[in-house]
Amino acid sequence: MPPEVYLNVAVGGVLTGLVYGLMALGLSVIFGVVRVVNFAHGEMMTVAMYIALTLFSALHLDPLVMLVPIAAVLFVLGYALQAGLINSFISRPEHNQFLLLIAIAIIIVNALLILFGPDSQNVQTAYGYQSFQYGPLIVDATKVYAASTAIVVAAVLFGFFRYTLLGTAIRACADNQTGAVVVGLNVKQLYALTFGIGAACVGAAGCMLLLIFDVTPSVGPAYTLLAFVIVITGGLGSMPGAIVGGVLIGLTEAIAGLLFTPSAKSMFVFAILVIVLLVRPQGIMGKRAA
Amino acid sequence: MIARLAEGVRLRTLIALSVLLVLFITAPLAASDYLLTVLTLILYFAYAGQAWNIMMGFAGQLSLGHALYVGLGAYTAAALFVHFGIGPWLGLLVAVPVAAGAGAFIGFLAFRFRVAGVYFAILTIAVAEFARVGFEHLTWTGATAGLFLPVAQYTHNDVWNLRGHPVMFYYILLGATVIAFIGCRALLQSRMGYFWLAIREDEEAARAVGIDTFRYKMMAVAISAGMTAFAGVIYAFYYNNLFPEQVFNISQSILIVLAPFVGGLGTLFGPILGAFVLETIAESTRVLLEWLGVDLPGTNQLLFGVVLLTVVIVLPDGVWPWICRQMGLTEQKP
Amino acid sequence: MSRKSYPGNKSATRRAVSAGLGAAALAGFASFNIVRAQTAALKVGVLLPRSGVQAGIGQDCQRGVDIAPGILKELGLPALEIMNGDTETKVEIARSRAEKLISDGAQVLVGAFDSGQSTAIAQVAEQKGIPYIVNIAAAPQITEQGYKFVFRNFPTAGMILSDAFANQKELFEAAGASPKTAVFMHINDTFGTAMKGGIGAVMPKFDLPYTLVDTIAYDPAARDLSVEVAKAKATGADALLMVSRLNDAILLTRELVKQRWSPMAILSMGPGWYEDQYLKTLGKLSDGPLSFVPWYDPNKPLSKKLEDALAKAHPGVNLNTNHVYTFEALLVAADAYKRAGSSDPKALADAIRNVNITNNVSPGPGIQFNEKGQNDKLKGSAIQNRGGKLVTVAPKTAANAKVEWPLKPYDKRG
Repeated sequence: MPPEVYLNVAVGGVLTGLVYGLMALGLSVIFGVVRVVNFAHGEMMTVAMYIALTLFSALHLDPLVMLVPIAAVLFVLGYALQAGLINSFISRPEHNQFLLLIAIAIIIVNALLILFGPDSQNVQTAYGYQSFQYGPLIVDATKVYAASTAIVVAAVLFGFFRYTLLGTAIRACADNQTGAVVVGLNVKQLYALTFGIGAACVGAAGCMLLLIFDVTPSVGPAYTLLAFVIVITGGLGSMPGAIVGGVLIGLTEAIAGLLFTPSAKSMFVFAILVIVLLVRPQGIMGKRAA
Repeated sequence: MIARLAEGVRLRTLIALSVLLVLFITAPLAASDYLLTVLTLILYFAYAGQAWNIMMGFAGQLSLGHALYVGLGAYTAAALFVHFGIGPWLGLLVAVPVAAGAGAFIGFLAFRFRVAGVYFAILTIAVAEFARVGFEHLTWTGATAGLFLPVAQYTHNDVWNLRGHPVMFYYILLGATVIAFIGCRALLQSRMGYFWLAIREDEEAARAVGIDTFRYKMMAVAISAGMTAFAGVIYAFYYNNLFPEQVFNISQSILIVLAPFVGGLGTLFGPILGAFVLETIAESTRVLLEWLGVDLPGTNQLLFGVVLLTVVIVLPDGVWPWICRQMGLTEQKP
Repeated sequence: MSRKSYPGNKSATRRAVSAGLGAAALAGFASFNIVRAQTAALKVGVLLPRSGVQAGIGQDCQRGVDIAPGILKELGLPALEIMNGDTETKVEIARSRAEKLISDGAQVLVGAFDSGQSTAIAQVAEQKGIPYIVNIAAAPQITEQGYKFVFRNFPTAGMILSDAFANQKELFEAAGASPKTAVFMHINDTFGTAMKGGIGAVMPKFDLPYTLVDTIAYDPAARDLSVEVAKAKATGADALLMVSRLNDAILLTRELVKQRWSPMAILSMGPGWYEDQYLKTLGKLSDGPLSFVPWYDPNKPLSKKLEDALAKAHPGVNLNTNHVYTFEALLVAADAYKRAGSSDPKALADAIRNVNITNNVSPGPGIQFNEKGQNDKLKGSAIQNRGGKLVTVAPKTAANAKVEWPLKPYDKRG
């Protein structure tokens, strides 16, 4: 096989991986602070994808332009979900939260099926079929735009947690919940804000993924699983870990598809997860829990 | 042994259980074939839920990948039957160790490296998905084209080869559920059962008092996996065709865990009640929608989700413990 | 496979006895039977995956059900009472829904698109002695199990391949050109694997001008097919031989455009490339691919009726395989009911076994079943996408246009 094929495939894998990373980032933020594992993560993203799709087909608004408003909508949804439902489950055992979110996931998938029908849908942007060519290297334009946006969104998020007062408060809450209560922080509200931020992340990721992939109501669970794999590989609760995990998984899928039969490429993704769990259970960038 | 099993069980509990058993035994006489199919599904999930409950309900290890053991059991027995003509009961002698071995493998990897909680749950999903994709490429078992068992006949019941009428499967699953119920009670009352509960409540403390937590967690996984494999064997011979996408699917795993969760985690009667409640909800929403003339695909699963959500919010530790509290019965969450 | 005696459970025995009595009395009471047949509609349980992963296809098949009553009436056939059942794309639900429909009085079952679900339904039907007509499902095993109540008016994987290669040769001759090499890409699901399994056995019989340089299988759940297309492009093959579904067909086309590869021809032997969603989503880029599939004969009079009825019920939807074969399953049920003159399942099954419908939609001489319950006279067509419409280009007997060859390069479509 010509060597440029490897290069093409690897570049494509890294770009897709960056968007995967942003999606997983939301999951990681939520777990890192609220300690709830969001089993409805992929389903929440399909909600964002359908909002973007509706805006595009009705008003011809580009998903990348609509990224901020859609992220805001998802923020509100996430905030309401945490404040209205999940906060009362915080002190309950893990499996109770799991069951709650599974129920929410089932509701989302079937509500979308009823509302939007079963067919896979996508948006047709002007740049949808463009690609850049540099000698033998051909790069998908959509992936470049989506990946660059993912980097920007991730950077904004890092900045928020590091440099703003609210971000610092949320981190304090994650590090030591009791301490946060003692110094007078409203933990429940911070949790709701965090869940909202995590949801906004998937909202943004959904807008970008809609440019690359089609959406069907039943696609949610697959994204949930993918987000889990990425986050655990990168380190649950670690923000840079989510991005690193996303790139690693994107790259693995691509290269494995090239070297072996593509239909088996997800086996390699799961194999990576198993290896990481065994060699470094806290994930590549994760901190070892005390 | 029997005396010990019955120890601490109140008379009225025993009577209630006997009445229930008689009801289940006589059900096929009165039930339509459709109702029988639903009852068979209930028993299937009750049995599989009981097996899963050993791992999570007793020993506190959350597995979300039990479809792996269903699939391994189903494929092992079916492949032996199709390729070598080996009957399912002999096949069970291979299928159970294969599944238990897979469980032990996951357990060995996870427990040695102290992978627990959510991490452990995701590991079980990952291995199940790995197996699904693997079986989709295994041509010996038909890969994605499916593994078909020779057609079942319904003229006489050949229990040895599991070929026969659906009623036969109903009684086999009923027997399995009863045995699993009694077996789980025996396990709970054994030394190992107490160790499991100790590990579930506080693993550090259990280790501190000298319990070999690694060993007992391994036992829980292996027993649970082996028991689940039997459900897989029945699945294979009941449906007569296997597709990796169906058997190893993550939704299979979720369905298995829902019954004990809803019924009451760690209780003996929870998985049975949970399976009953969930199947009833699912079927009655379908019937209700048909009656209302609503033919909108997805509506019944939507309703199912809403009911599930309500149950989780209102009865956080499950339906059975709630009933126990209401009626003052003995079986609390052990 | 040996024929087994009739099921011995309670209800079935009762039915067998009444069937026997019915047959004996038929001569004497024929008029009574016919009167009853005309008044009561035949209850047909239709099982389709209308939610879950296959929801899109299941709901498309349902459109074939929607248009059936009007056309059947026009043909002077008895009315059908349709009872819908959603299998939720699960084998367990398919089975319990089949039981439910039968307990609610269904006298014939139709469905279920997917091979696994169809097998589950077939077992229930066989046990209950209720005729079951498979609308779509290509796994050969379904009619190789010795079932007596299961019928399939859809080609098996082997039949699809044979007709595809025959039609390809016809087209190469008409075009005066042919590819020398091809790369075979297939989806790794039940249908894709059955086709891949058949290709090795069937292909050598046809002395095709091209050789397969590589076989690339991909995951049905794949979100992105850029790697697969990069791999296929690297083989430098003249043509792309495909077995896919809808989503992946769209993804593949998009990748072909982005990776700037236009093969001489895209030869698809499955769904996807001709479907409405494909045409609508890709616009100009959807033109050109050839699909070698179970289709309909546009020259048959009934096809026109189906097209009109569909245009009325679902404007903008092109008539396709899903509608045609689901409709024909109902056509078989109505026809058999008329001839049997009774809704007795045994009599219906006998009538279905002896069906001979020449005024039908699918290509070939008509609907007849062999001793296995398989319609082995079905013919596959070659269709081509042309400006958002579909034309049939082979075989000559069922064609309404000439092939456009080669595929117009994607970067020269303005």
